[in-house]
Amino acid sequence: MIARRFRILVGFALFFSLALGCFAQSGGELRFCLRSEPKTFDPLLVDDDASLSIRYLTGGVLARVNRHTQEIEPELAESWKVSKDGKQITFKLRRGVTFSDGSSFSAEDVAFTMQRLMDPALHSSTGDAFRSDKGTVSTKIIAPDQVAIIFPAPIAGLDRLFDQVAIMSAHSPKKEGAVLGPFMVAEYKAGSSVLLRRNPNYWKKDSQGRRLPYLDSIRLDIQSNRDVEMLRFRRGELDLINVLDSDYFDRLASTSAGLAHDAGASLDSDFLWFNQVASAPIPEYKRAWFHSANFRRAISQAINRDDLARVVFNGHAQPAVGPVSPANKFWFDSKLKAEAYRPDAALQRLQAEGFRLQNGALFDKGGNAVEFSIVTNAGSKPRERMAVMVQEDLGKLGIKVNVVTLDFPSLIERISQKFNYEAAMLGFRNVDLDPNGQMNIWLSSAEDHAWNPQQKSPETTWEAEIDQLMRAQASAADPKKRKESFDRVQEIVAEQAPIIYLVNQNALSAVSTAVAGANPGILSPQTFWNAERLTLNGNQNSPSQASR
Amino acid sequence: MNLARKLACIVTLVVCAMSLAANWLAPAGYATQFREAPSAAPSRQHWLGTDEVGRDRFARVLYGTRISLLLAPAAALVSTALAALVGGLAGYLGGIWLRVARGFTDLFLSLPWLFLLITVRALLPLNVSPTVSVLITFLILGLLGWAASARVLSTSADALRNSDFILQARASGLHGARLFLVHVLPNLKPVLYAQFWISIPVFILSEANLGILGLGVAEPLPSWGSLLRELEGMISFREEPWRLVPLLLLIVVMTSFQLLLSNEEVTA
Repeated sequence: MIARRFRILVGFALFFSLALGCFAQSGGELRFCLRSEPKTFDPLLVDDDASLSIRYLTGGVLARVNRHTQEIEPELAESWKVSKDGKQITFKLRRGVTFSDGSSFSAEDVAFTMQRLMDPALHSSTGDAFRSDKGTVSTKIIAPDQVAIIFPAPIAGLDRLFDQVAIMSAHSPKKEGAVLGPFMVAEYKAGSSVLLRRNPNYWKKDSQGRRLPYLDSIRLDIQSNRDVEMLRFRRGELDLINVLDSDYFDRLASTSAGLAHDAGASLDSDFLWFNQVASAPIPEYKRAWFHSANFRRAISQAINRDDLARVVFNGHAQPAVGPVSPANKFWFDSKLKAEAYRPDAALQRLQAEGFRLQNGALFDKGGNAVEFSIVTNAGSKPRERMAVMVQEDLGKLGIKVNVVTLDFPSLIERISQKFNYEAAMLGFRNVDLDPNGQMNIWLSSAEDHAWNPQQKSPETTWEAEIDQLMRAQASAADPKKRKESFDRVQEIVAEQAPIIYLVNQNALSAVSTAVAGANPGILSPQTFWNAERLTLNGNQNSPSQASR
Repeated sequence: MNLARKLACIVTLVVCAMSLAANWLAPAGYATQFREAPSAAPSRQHWLGTDEVGRDRFARVLYGTRISLLLAPAAALVSTALAALVGGLAGYLGGIWLRVARGFTDLFLSLPWLFLLITVRALLPLNVSPTVSVLITFLILGLLGWAASARVLSTSADALRNSDFILQARASGLHGARLFLVHVLPNLKPVLYAQFWISIPVFILSEANLGILGLGVAEPLPSWGSLLRELEGMISFREEPWRLVPLLLLIVVMTSFQLLLSNEEVTA
């Protein structure tokens, strides 16, 4: 009798485990939107958001930055070793891995990918991160499962850079069609959608030995209109919205709280800076204001960042501290705090510089009324609102601010070529945790050195110090030494305020209740970073279930 | 005057009076930010609630109405005058003048104005006050918006040129500018009126569109265009129906304008 009962129990257990197993494997189709047409399917040429998403889902990499812990983890490489001089990295590769077309993966593929990536004729922006100095990057195949990559100069944070390098097959006739990631491109309808299907040869398995990914396919609809995207999500036609504006977030949260996710401060920042280019067509007295660290600090103190975060982003943003968001756990200098709103202190600082408040208007030493324009890109509602609030905040100090919204190409032309502007407000979408990703901003010779780009030699002592510190951190192998150097950079930026950081927006996203396993984070891609482990459950109340 | 026209007249007068009395009706002003109450619902303090940065929406509607009611008709006047000059004269002169004018008008209409406007804005100085920026915006609209009206007017003037009474006037010895001013232009008046009234909402909406491109009225000054932009991205009107007030006001005012025209003027 007991044996019979036991058999029945075992039978039930087997049935349920099989049912669950089948359910997880059956997967279904996940649907979300790309906000633009992917420019390329070549993983080495990717430089737009849509192509990045596809590369993330289809490309196999040697090592991956875990979007949740921010730690680097082995993928196609079981382990790796960076040489003491930081010029060489040796990977021990995983055995028995095959591309989606069945061809086997070996060190030859890694060597081929690196050689192609570093080919100057390819003009790969992913490759640029590896160009530490003049000279060629060489590869050495030590064994079929071992490969060394040698660089002409040390590269800091070298292993993390491989998160962006999707390995290509050296021999497959399918070229970029042969992938090592969890999904592969099955269909592309220009202007309409991209269909990704499960890679049947994907190497990864879950803890119970089931082959990943769980999903059968992912349909990426190309949809630039955010209203339509939200409407389709509400109707259950989409399962995810990777990045949400605060307005949409609150609307969704008010009706379906469980679907809206606020992962906290992201790496993105919005900021303001003054034009300090010597040749800029602006009056000399204004140039003198903009060159004064006291003037810039006073402006920074007169801006109420708490209000910006609360009013413009409905509380889904944090007052920004500096070039590194507090969300960047390792690189953020925790000694620094966001500039507090102190209009009285700001006025005192200005008065110390010779400015005077008269009949509600601020004048400089020469009797010129303090008035300047802030340019920002038209169509960005949050930025337009921030500009209006900054206009009011500075108005309390007697400063007249004219807010000018321009179309993006005109704005870029003014701030990067003609330098015909006074102050600008823009944002920085940071996808890289490592400060090396900001070299193009902080080096005085860099094109993106916003306030005074492409200097032949640093024009100020503090810019010279930043140059030296950024180079030091970029060539040091010891993370502690790198951190010390970059902390000092953050302190100089706080003292000099060449860029006045305003807010770090929170990472907002939407995930349907039909999706199980989602854990939205702050790093891109926020919602589908663990796509291989996502499943679609049978929740009858979910919006996505309704349409299926 | 029939009832509809009387009603339209009252509505127009009330709206104009309210916009002129904005300083008294909405003492908070259009720029003051009540940051503790952004996107607030209507209340005793804020009759139409507040916008995204906490500005009193009622005040902004009144001041915006003042700006749009003053400047959109001004821009329409500029464009209609230009249309009368180009289209009316060409139609009256006929022949090669008409062909050249129509060719020029067609060419003007076919130009990608949106992109040219962006270029024009990029060339303008940045440090202009909001008041100057609003004048520039509507002046640009007035100077560029004449072509469609000119096309209509040239056709009407062409028809008039060959009409019996004009032939009779010519036979009586009337020529040139006098014939144009005494006989042609008065007979074009209904078309001119219609083109003028049609242009006003077009310019208001154009200003709203230009705002998205950075060509609109500069902050913190409101206009109907910038107020209509607030409707962008609204999914449900039931949640915040008061946000529709600028749109309703635009419809009511434009309808009133149309009703104020006599039947003959409208049907001409």
